[in-house]
Amino acid sequence: MIGKETPAGRAVKVAFLGVWLLFTVFPLYWITVTSLKAPGDIFAFPIAYWPEHFSLQNYSELFGTADFGTYLTNSLVVATVAGVVATVISMLSAYVLARFEFRTKTALLMAALVTQMIPSFIALGPLYLLMTDLRLVDNRLGLALVYIAVCIPFCTVMLRGFFENIPDALEEAAMIDGLSRFGALFRVLLPVMRPGIVAAFIFNFVNCWNELFLSVTLMNSDANKTVPTALNGFISSFNIDWGSMSAAAVLTILPTMVLFAFASRHIVQGLTSGAVKG
Amino acid sequence: MTTASTTKTKPGRTSRKGGAAPPAAPRRGRRTEFTTRRGLLIAAFMAPAAVFVAVFTYYPVLAGGQMAFRNWKLTDLTDTSWVGLKNLRDVFADPAWGTVLGNTALWVGGSIVPQLVIGFALALWLRRHFRFRGLYQALIFFPWAISGFLIGILFRWMFNSEFGVVNDLLQKTGLIDEPIAWLSDPDTAMTAVLIANVWYGVTFFAIMILAALQSIPDELYEAAALDGAGKARTLFQITIPYIRTTLALTVLLRIIWIFNFPDLIFGMTGGGPNDETHIVTTWMIKITQQGDYGKASALGLIVVAGLLLFATFYLLATREKREVKS
Repeated sequence: MIGKETPAGRAVKVAFLGVWLLFTVFPLYWITVTSLKAPGDIFAFPIAYWPEHFSLQNYSELFGTADFGTYLTNSLVVATVAGVVATVISMLSAYVLARFEFRTKTALLMAALVTQMIPSFIALGPLYLLMTDLRLVDNRLGLALVYIAVCIPFCTVMLRGFFENIPDALEEAAMIDGLSRFGALFRVLLPVMRPGIVAAFIFNFVNCWNELFLSVTLMNSDANKTVPTALNGFISSFNIDWGSMSAAAVLTILPTMVLFAFASRHIVQGLTSGAVKG
Repeated sequence: MTTASTTKTKPGRTSRKGGAAPPAAPRRGRRTEFTTRRGLLIAAFMAPAAVFVAVFTYYPVLAGGQMAFRNWKLTDLTDTSWVGLKNLRDVFADPAWGTVLGNTALWVGGSIVPQLVIGFALALWLRRHFRFRGLYQALIFFPWAISGFLIGILFRWMFNSEFGVVNDLLQKTGLIDEPIAWLSDPDTAMTAVLIANVWYGVTFFAIMILAALQSIPDELYEAAALDGAGKARTLFQITIPYIRTTLALTVLLRIIWIFNFPDLIFGMTGGGPNDETHIVTTWMIKITQQGDYGKASALGLIVVAGLLLFATFYLLATREKREVKS
């Protein structure tokens, strides 16, 4: 790895990286191309690797007949609210778990770990009944509350890793300079943590944006559906309209990909600082 | 990183028991003294997270857990009496159980091995700086931004028997003569979902392993080079042992996660054809949709118990190895 690179070794490496890049990018290219074909061309032979007739008809149908704009708005609202609140709450718990020793700490960390092992389907029925009692079924706030709970465990562990990477001396100095513990936390620690906080928010946002099963269970009316629920509705009918489906897929993937592109470096750091430590 | 966290925890523990803080870390000692103020701060900061997770995760899970021992069918909600272990027996007696269990093993094993191997190779090669490395990393990161369900739909379209691009490419390159009905043949359907999952999961391994590799000091490699160690020996005697802990933990996390990941299969085959691609969690969805909540919950309990057992044994086994080594 560190030693000299032979020409043959280099060729193998370049070939491998190239093939993997093609394999990674091709499905995304393909769904985009499909979405831009005129509806008749999607099922044409031979298969066209570049649209013969460019058309935005699949997209206009999505907004005309399927009301996709509403679903996008719903997803945006729910994912943003849940992402922000979950990040703030996790920040508090992560701070405590990173900076203090107390008796229930191990138990709390275990409780967070165990949530990752539970298949969500075991909770769906009771959750539906609970939300009915709270009058929060088919309600965007209700869905956001559930998503917050889903995001907290992992987000806490991730942010804890970030907090632990910041030397204690930083807060110590701030407190010697006369700031209170809260002052040191909010005015000194959080600004340093900003990349980690942004990464945690994006991670939460993307998870909520992509979530399917809770949303299918809790949102019944068309006006409240999120994007994944709407996509699921497209497949449960017998024939899939692949034109609209690929346009919908592109519109669903695009926002999260843009976010990830901006924050990928921070997310990498966040994931690894949380877990490498073990 | 590790040393920082150990110095952080150790003085805390001693100071709480002994009362006096060791001179090396006076500030940490002060913080771990038991005071009402400190207790209040911990409680106030932990409370929101604890309340959310307790109300919206643990409460429904426990309520769902007790359904496993009751007759809970949507077809007859008047009778929700306790039935003991009947639901568990129903799960084990179901003719699909064997297939589902086999598929789950295949799904986890067939996903994790290629993900680990390809992810490791990517990480090794991405460690050295080259032009466009940042762009390359960002591009191969993209699958991670997509939901498993949507990935299922994406690959379902590509593996379509009539209009799918996979058949077209294979025919153009002469690898097959006639289109394959990928998703309606049980053997090829499982291969197709595995390919989709490898596409999705390699990135995670690449990231984790790359981060671990960056913690290996260069001196170790220089020493190995002086000793005349070849590439293979360097890999197996320095690289892998050094990052063993990260590797073990990443594999554990991914096994749990892949096991509990119905989304992709749900979007791609829906468990079909004829239950042949069901794993435990997609099968659980099917049973829920049929309205037998008792049986579905029993299956859920089996999953949680199985994963907890697995995680415990796995952690014990990997810990032992680490101690033996050092």
